[in-house]
Amino acid sequence: MPHTSPRRKSADRTAPLTLEADVLVLGGGPAGAWAAVTAAENGRRVVLADKGYFGTSGATAPSNTGTWCVPPGEARAAQVERRAARAFGLADPHVMLRMLDTAHEALRMLGNDGYPFPRQSDGELYIANLRGPDYMRHMRRLALKRGVIVLDHHPALELLGADDAIVGAAGWDRQQNRPWQVTAGAVVLATGGCAFGERMLGATGLTGDGYLMAAEAGASLSGMEFCGQYGVAPAGSSLNKGLPYRWASFFDVDGKPLDMSAGDRHVAVAKGLLRGPVFARLDKAGPEIQDWLRRGQPNCFLPFDRIGVDPFTQRFEITLRGEGTVRGVGGIRLLDEGGWTGIPGLYAAGDAASREDIAGAASGGGGPNASWAIASGRWAGAAAARTAVSSKRDVTGKLRRLGGIGLVARSARPEAEASTDVVAAVRKEMLAIDGNFFRTGPKLRRSLTRLDGLWRDAQATLAGEGAAAIRTREAGALLASSRWALASAVFRNESRGLHRRSDAPESDPHFAHRIRTFGLDEIGVALDRASYASPLRVAQS
Amino acid sequence: MIEVVSATRCIACDICVKACPANVFDGGPGRVPVIARQQDCQTCFLCEIYCPADALFVDPNAERPTGIDEAEITARGLFGSYARALGWKRGKAAGAENDPTFELRAFL
Repeated sequence: MPHTSPRRKSADRTAPLTLEADVLVLGGGPAGAWAAVTAAENGRRVVLADKGYFGTSGATAPSNTGTWCVPPGEARAAQVERRAARAFGLADPHVMLRMLDTAHEALRMLGNDGYPFPRQSDGELYIANLRGPDYMRHMRRLALKRGVIVLDHHPALELLGADDAIVGAAGWDRQQNRPWQVTAGAVVLATGGCAFGERMLGATGLTGDGYLMAAEAGASLSGMEFCGQYGVAPAGSSLNKGLPYRWASFFDVDGKPLDMSAGDRHVAVAKGLLRGPVFARLDKAGPEIQDWLRRGQPNCFLPFDRIGVDPFTQRFEITLRGEGTVRGVGGIRLLDEGGWTGIPGLYAAGDAASREDIAGAASGGGGPNASWAIASGRWAGAAAARTAVSSKRDVTGKLRRLGGIGLVARSARPEAEASTDVVAAVRKEMLAIDGNFFRTGPKLRRSLTRLDGLWRDAQATLAGEGAAAIRTREAGALLASSRWALASAVFRNESRGLHRRSDAPESDPHFAHRIRTFGLDEIGVALDRASYASPLRVAQS
Repeated sequence: MIEVVSATRCIACDICVKACPANVFDGGPGRVPVIARQQDCQTCFLCEIYCPADALFVDPNAERPTGIDEAEITARGLFGSYARALGWKRGKAAGAENDPTFELRAFL
């Protein structure tokens, strides 16, 4: 559909970049891509700004991901019931059904649009699996075709407010070294989850920036305590891809098999790692599986092929990579079906939002999160497109910059270098198996006290200007995200799903609710509403 | 992490400078990109497949540089090996239609 491009006020490549749009999307992973495409299909002028490159940024691009994809029909309700039963009482079956509907339609559209899905032996396209690099490259092309203006390497540093609404964002163009600012009728946060500084592929940009910006605007977080998900990776590598380990055996340093009787591979490996090094061998894969694994998951084999190990016959050392809220479920609390954050003009999608609706207290990793990114992106893109027109406002002379930590220091001598120490402290408190995988109230409280202290120091001294502000803001966002996660983990004095409390190993009906966290200097924690507990009444289309 | 930009293979197109999600490279007209921020590399291997000249090598060690050199990478035939495994050619996406992962999902 024809529409005019956002107005570029400056053609000079060193002067600040100032644009106006209807909808501004922050983040170029799948959720941001679908939000931008959907808003553009609704006839809006859309700008998508990504911290890195729209096509390679985020956790999906370097991966191969299944989607949770069920065609319309009776099977849908049954699958939703099954998954809801594994969500520890915190999922919403109605949202799951709606998500399946939106995601299935979008995946079919992707096939019609030329994404090269493989064909099954019956000749049908298999649309429930996406190859990350190809998928995200396709989404970039689709967005450009729909007229979306893409700003690569334009990290957002803060939101812009006017009156009571969010009306844009400002940041730094890190390749041209100049500030940028986009004013818009609505903003979609699709900035991904928080990986707490873990070295795994896709995580470099996942520093919780969207959580921080949302909280600074007054929005709440939900489910941040559910960040105890870890993925198996060859030791020292970035490859936290779990699929090959379906066919693995695990051993201790003496070659003795690990006790896998508890049924949860990650718990067994975590316990093993507390005792010493752990090794794996993909010895349960026969020749056909080996062939499919090699051709379907080639990145998983890069560590082996480049080190010179045959993982099917030789044991190799493994580690667990903390996956934070990326494969955990916490994020910005949504108030309606359009991804509204409760702040006028501000929407969230994908891993930036809480995925408790579809995963409850369990990991949304893989299929559910991939389908959530598609569906929530489409919902937020459509809602933002409506708002951008219905509440159009003149922001002249009213713009307020909402960023705090890492941008504005209270002391006279700000230090951008302090961000290195902050990141190291976050990694220490949020990634350790003995601390975050297996939790206790006292350990969580000690971690929270340490990071609260760092927050006060950061308020005084952590600030950077220009390009330096990218790192100080990332450090601030990591620190804030960690404190919300720890505060809700302290509050949830029970075990539920990914939140494993050694000092409270049972689930407590009192906590069969979501936990909301909010605030920056002082963090508030509260039990949330329980509307999701309503039984599923299926109205099948 | 990213270890080598091969000056003998590089065609100075600066695609890696643009495509790296972690902004690891510094480029410039007519010169071989420099690995300017190696510690920021997230070891995602995507620069390798975007490179139209198979001139980049990412070591699987995500913690620290290993110092592997071009001679060893060449001798072991590792330049472009990830792109070949995916079916990508000269920096262009291809091969997703041959992805057999769906066969594996039947076992999950």
